[in-house]
Amino acid sequence: MTATHETSTPAADRDDAISGAEIRLEDVVKKYPGQKSPAVDSLSLTIPAGEIVMFVGPSGCGKTTSLKMINRLIEPTSGTIRIDGQDVRQQSPDQLRRHVGYVIQGGSLFPHMTVEKNIAIVPKLLGWDSARVSERVNDLLDLVGLDPAKYRGRYPRELSGGQQQRVGVARGLAADPPVLLMDEPFGAVDPITRQRLQDELLSIQRELRKTIVCVTHDIDEAIKLGDRIVILREGADIAQYDTPENVLAAPADDFVSDFVGSGSTLKQLSLARVAEVELSEWTTARVGEDTAEVIARAEQAGHGAVVVLDGRGRPLGWPWLRQLRNQRTVPTYDHEKLHTLDSRATLNDALDTMLTSTHGGAVVTGDRDQFLGVVDFTSVTDHMRQLEQAAETGGEARG
Amino acid sequence: MWDFITERREQIAYNTFQHANLVIQAVVVATVIAVVLAVVITRLPRLEGLANALSAIGLTIPSFALVGLLLPLTGIGAITAFVAVTFYAVLPILRNAVVGLQGVDKTLLESSRGMGMSELTSLWRVRLPLAWPVILAGVRVSMQMSMGVAAIAAYVLGPGLGGYIFTGLAQVGGANAVNYAVVGTVGVVIVALIADLLLLLLGRLTISKGIRA
Repeated sequence: MTATHETSTPAADRDDAISGAEIRLEDVVKKYPGQKSPAVDSLSLTIPAGEIVMFVGPSGCGKTTSLKMINRLIEPTSGTIRIDGQDVRQQSPDQLRRHVGYVIQGGSLFPHMTVEKNIAIVPKLLGWDSARVSERVNDLLDLVGLDPAKYRGRYPRELSGGQQQRVGVARGLAADPPVLLMDEPFGAVDPITRQRLQDELLSIQRELRKTIVCVTHDIDEAIKLGDRIVILREGADIAQYDTPENVLAAPADDFVSDFVGSGSTLKQLSLARVAEVELSEWTTARVGEDTAEVIARAEQAGHGAVVVLDGRGRPLGWPWLRQLRNQRTVPTYDHEKLHTLDSRATLNDALDTMLTSTHGGAVVTGDRDQFLGVVDFTSVTDHMRQLEQAAETGGEARG
Repeated sequence: MWDFITERREQIAYNTFQHANLVIQAVVVATVIAVVLAVVITRLPRLEGLANALSAIGLTIPSFALVGLLLPLTGIGAITAFVAVTFYAVLPILRNAVVGLQGVDKTLLESSRGMGMSELTSLWRVRLPLAWPVILAGVRVSMQMSMGVAAIAAYVLGPGLGGYIFTGLAQVGGANAVNYAVVGTVGVVIVALIADLLLLLLGRLTISKGIRA
C-alpha cells in the first residue's frame, strides 16, 4: 500500500476484520481462436483484500473478459489467477464459483423463483440446512434494505428495477463469499436509483469488507465506488492503477486524462464524501409518539420539520410540523419516498439530492440505514471552499 | 340414436376410456422423448436444421400410411397404435421444446453457471422451468392431434373410439352406420376437450407464478 492510499481511503474506521481475500492475476492472457490480438494481453494485477477495485475502460477493452476469468466463466489461455494465494484451477469451476459472489446487470434474477429461492440458491448448493438458509435470507434482505416479511415471497417481476438489483446483490453475498464480482451492476437502473444503490453498496462494504471487483464503463461510478481504479485500454492493458484521488490529480497519460474527461475539479466533488462534512443534528421522532411532545421539542430546537425513525433507528420520513399538527400520534411513512444519503455518498450526490428536496437539506444514514444527521447547503459549500483552498495551495506546491 | 347409445352404454364408456388412455400414455412418453431430444439439439446446434427437417417431413406422412408401414414391424393391435400415436405426438412438442429452451435468456444461464450450478442443475432448475410454458403449449397441440391419430390407428385394431368410425364406414347405408360414425366422432371430440382442460389445469399447477402470463 502506498502512502497516498493510506491517507486517502476515507476510513480510519476500517480497522475491523476484513472478510475479503486477495486476488492476484499473473500474466493472464486470453486469446480467442481466429483473433489477431489477444482480448486480454498479459494482465498482471494485485487486488488487495477488502477493497473495491473498479475495472473501467472503453467497450471492448477486455474488462469483462478479465472479470469472468476470475470465476472461470472464461478460461484464461495462459497465466495464473490466485484467490487468497490459491490457484483458481485447483478446484472445479462449480466449487470455485460457489465461493465467489457474482452479480450482473439488473440482478439477473430467475423469474420463476421467489426472492427467497433466488437468494437461497448458493447456500442450498453448498448443502446448508433449511433453518440456516432461511435465517440467512432474512439477514441478507435486511442488509440490502428490503423488509424480509414483505419481500421474501415475491417474484422478481413484482419488484422495481432497484429492488431487483438489491436482491441480486443479496444473492451474490448469500454464502458469504470472500470475493464479489460485479459486472456493470447498476447499468440498468435510472440515475437516482443508481445513486442510491451505489450508496447502499458502500454501506454494505463498510460493514462486510469483501474484496469486490466491479466492471463499469462509467468513470464517475468508478471514482465514487472504487478504493482503487484500474483504467484499461484495448487488450486489457493497464493504463493506470491507482486511487481515484491520484487518477484525478495525476493522470498517467493522455489516454487516462481523456478518459477521465474534463471538469476534473468538479469531479473532485465525487471524491469528497458526505461523511467528511459536518452534519447538523436534527429533531427526531419515533412512529407512534405523541405529536404534541414532538412538536414542542422541534420548536425548542428551532426546526420546522422532524425526521421520523422506525423502531430500528432508520429514517422513514421528514414531515413538516404543520403536517403533524392534525395528527395525534406520529404516523408511519413510506421510506421509499424519502431520498436519503449514505454517509459514503459523494458531495455531488448530496447537492443533487438537496436541490430536489424542499427542505434544502438531506437526511444522512450510516450502517444499516441508521439515521446520522442532516446535511445542508451551508455545510457543503463551506466544505467545498476548504477543498478548493487546499487544492490551490497543493497546486502551487506542485507548480 | 339415444337407444343406440343406451344399449351400448358400457361398451362406449369402455372404448372412450381406452381412447383417452392410449393418447395420454402416448403423449406422456412423447413429451419425455421430445424434451430429451430438444436438450440434445440445443447443445449441438448443428443438429437443429436436421431436426426441423425431420419433424417437417414426419408431419407430412399420412397417419394411415405410417400405420401401414408399422404393420410388418409391430403387427396388428395396440402396440402399433401406440407407436404411431407417439411418433406424431413427439413432433409438435419437439419443436416447441427447442424454441422454448433456446428462448431462455442467455444472461440467466450465465448467471446460473456463475453461481456454481452444474450444467445438469442449471438445466433442471433454470432452463426447463423457464421453457416449460412453451413446452406445455406444444403438449396441448400434440394432445389434440393425437386424438385424431388414435382414431385412425383403430384400423389395425388399436383400442379406442376409432373402431366405431370404421364400423360406420364399413356399413354405409346400413341401419346403424350414421350412429356408429357420430358416436365415434363426437366421443373423440369430447375426450379431446376434457384432455385439453386437464392440460390447462396442469399448467396452472406447474408453471411458476413468476412467469405465468
